[in-house]
Amino acid sequence: MSRAHRGAEPRDAMSRVVVVGGGPAGMAAARAAAKAGVDVVLIDAGAKLGGQYHRQDSRAGTERFGLPPGVEHLAESVVWALEPVPGGHRVHLRTGPADAPGRTGRSIDTPALVLATGAYDQVLPFPGWELPGVYTAGAAQALAKGQGVRVGERVLLAGTGPFLLPVARSLLAVGAEVAAVLEAGNPARWLARPAGLLAGAGKLGELAGHTAALARHRVPYRTRSAVVAAHGTDRVEAVTTTRLRPDWTEVPGSRRRLDVDAVCIGYGFTPQLELAVAAGCALDGGFVTVDSAQQTSVPGVLAAGELTGIGGAELAAAEGEVAGASAARRLGARPAPPVRALRAVRRGRRFAAALAAAHPVRAGWHGRLREDTLICRCEEVRYGELRDAVREREAYGGRALKLVTRAGLGLCQGRICGRVVAELTGELTGEPGQSAAFARRPIAAPIRLGELAESPSAHREPGAGPPRVAE
Amino acid sequence: MSPDVVVVGAGIIGAACAEALSAAGLRVTVLERGALASGTTAAGEGNVLVSDKAPGPELDLARASRRRWPRLLAALREELGPRAAETEWDPKGGLVVATTAEAVAPLAEFAAAQRTAGVRADRIDPARARDLEPHLTRQVTAAVHYPEDAQLQPVLAATTLLAAVRARGGEVRAGTTVTGVVRDAGDRVGGVRTDRGSLACGAVVNCCGPWAGSFAAAAGAPVTVLPRRGMILVTAPLPPDTVRRKVYDADYVGAVASGDAELQTSTVVESTRAGTVLIGSSRERVGFDGTVRVEVLRELARKAVALFPVLADVPVMRAYGGFRPYAPDHLPVIGADPRLPGLWHATGHEGAGIGLAAATGRLLADLFTGAAPELDPAPFRPDRPAVMSQAVISPAVISPAVTGPDGETAA
Repeated sequence: MSRAHRGAEPRDAMSRVVVVGGGPAGMAAARAAAKAGVDVVLIDAGAKLGGQYHRQDSRAGTERFGLPPGVEHLAESVVWALEPVPGGHRVHLRTGPADAPGRTGRSIDTPALVLATGAYDQVLPFPGWELPGVYTAGAAQALAKGQGVRVGERVLLAGTGPFLLPVARSLLAVGAEVAAVLEAGNPARWLARPAGLLAGAGKLGELAGHTAALARHRVPYRTRSAVVAAHGTDRVEAVTTTRLRPDWTEVPGSRRRLDVDAVCIGYGFTPQLELAVAAGCALDGGFVTVDSAQQTSVPGVLAAGELTGIGGAELAAAEGEVAGASAARRLGARPAPPVRALRAVRRGRRFAAALAAAHPVRAGWHGRLREDTLICRCEEVRYGELRDAVREREAYGGRALKLVTRAGLGLCQGRICGRVVAELTGELTGEPGQSAAFARRPIAAPIRLGELAESPSAHREPGAGPPRVAE
Repeated sequence: MSPDVVVVGAGIIGAACAEALSAAGLRVTVLERGALASGTTAAGEGNVLVSDKAPGPELDLARASRRRWPRLLAALREELGPRAAETEWDPKGGLVVATTAEAVAPLAEFAAAQRTAGVRADRIDPARARDLEPHLTRQVTAAVHYPEDAQLQPVLAATTLLAAVRARGGEVRAGTTVTGVVRDAGDRVGGVRTDRGSLACGAVVNCCGPWAGSFAAAAGAPVTVLPRRGMILVTAPLPPDTVRRKVYDADYVGAVASGDAELQTSTVVESTRAGTVLIGSSRERVGFDGTVRVEVLRELARKAVALFPVLADVPVMRAYGGFRPYAPDHLPVIGADPRLPGLWHATGHEGAGIGLAAATGRLLADLFTGAAPELDPAPFRPDRPAVMSQAVISPAVISPAVTGPDGETAA
């Protein structure tokens, strides 16, 4: 045992699989590893398991998901740093409500780390998107499913991809009127990809269920349509919508005004890469590269779910199961090969490829940006400033761009605007944008300076659990 | 038409040299393998300091640079217009505080020596220090106020200097890696080889910062310049005036002057125009290893909270790291390389490159054109023994530049 481990709880010292993320992929990984007979710690930011997909009502006293014995579930816990140690990685986490004092700190060493951190909604900026009443589709769904709250009385959904449908259904379930669902793409393209279609047969049934629910509520579903502006003084009162050409430029004369008090936006998903980048995992096309055993390029680090490509809950769970078995193997267990899960992964990836091909984000939206359209909401960086910085200062690389424009330097640290800034910069410079630069964050989640300053010995003493540290 | 000079590296030092050379009437091309100002420059705090240097050649360079920066920026505002020349220059002053009884005497001694060298270093009592910085710890035992310390935003400063180079007809090319030097028939520099073809030129200036050793080796004239890693913490934006100046623990001075490989941290706390507070800085000699060590971040946090207890409840939003270039004797390397006529070096400024850039560019240009330099250039000669005779280059330095800023793997 290295010097650094002295004083660690024995169970926190290289004896367990650590899974980060409690969504479909993380839960499946924890179950598979536990089934193989190894101990597991599952770390999740939510109060309850399920992640974004299986969002549970946090008010209910029930827990929908069970984890087998041998899995310690650390709820309301965030990993704020990851560092390599001999034979594996040290995971630094804080447990407790994010905004309240008294979070406890802990660090766990593991030879097998499964990253299942998922993805968040991608938003494309448009004039007025900073108004209160504009939500990401994921946030609206989380409020509806997690707390029974509807984001508005009359809501418009806009974006691309099948995720808009379950969000619309969640909104209907909490009593909101859904004014319309605007799909910027043209899902008829699905038919052009029979292989992907067959692979996703189960998924299609689910989508058909959503579509039927929308039809029952007479919710208009319009393809090749988008929101181009939100209007209002203190909050959204109306939006302007438009019809789109295949390249997402506007069809002239097709603008319409619609009165709504909330707008939900979802143009697909961006993987939550901070920990994978911190671990040094190789990326391809913005996603973590994995082999057939879900191993990343870094020994001892596995990845599952949306981190490896956007493919939905079923694929995520299958990848999680494979990753959990691989992780258990690193701890000396000899589980049987997860044959069914491996097959499901192969099938799911074909579906995911078809999905990605059917819902591309087209550059035509750039043309609707105005000089004063906000790009980074945290730092209030407008499109004109970003363009001028790139053109006049020739600043486009990583932190240099951020320092010149301040885009991505605010509280969300580029989670919302990073991909957009990279895309727009890429267009302005002719160089490929570097969206992964926004995920390069040694401190992966905000931590109070006082918490960071705490001596590690304060939570590394042997005992029944981490002592609470006085604020 | 081929340039008179190719400057390799578009960080603050390359930008300052290119600006000064173009101001002297030379045709300048700047080549940068990555994006402009995206290496060490983007990882700096933007310090323009006299407070942290003991009397000697580096302090002389720092004082010359501190005099030159505001004049240079004013001239560039004139030339380029206020927006293109915005650098967030802020002559906010520095405050060095001791928090133990033992540190009182060394701080007083250090400040006294600086005063004899011409630095304004005003001893103030702890109560006065707390007037200047109301949130400062009550543990202050002694304090020195340095009204000359200043700050600017390093990426804005570098891009402003480069804009001036372009405005004068020079060229700035990012995304171009210089792979070697072409020698002419007289065994002088005749051009550079790049990954996008060769470029004829009369001279080359090595401004590659921590990668200067590897470029010099590729040019066939090795110098010893090594990387030293540093990390900075950034907090969420705070109300104005939470921290007004640059505030250092008195142990800062000791760490800068030291060559120890193990981790050193010395506290520097300051706010930026955006309201965030920067907390530096650590020094690790770990080659180009970009791995973050939580213990380093913890040490920075601990010392910052000790100086400003109010910061304990403030969230840290991010941390970033970079590599500082240093020579074994901790002096910058500025001047001609006698082994290869036409090759010049301007590097090795360690953590002080932003502050020292203005005078470095000027000194390099004066030496280049044969003008009388304002400063004695001898201490910075590239052929001094510490830099050249033992040009032992660690494998991490000599291997093709495998890491870029932040320790990311170069694409």
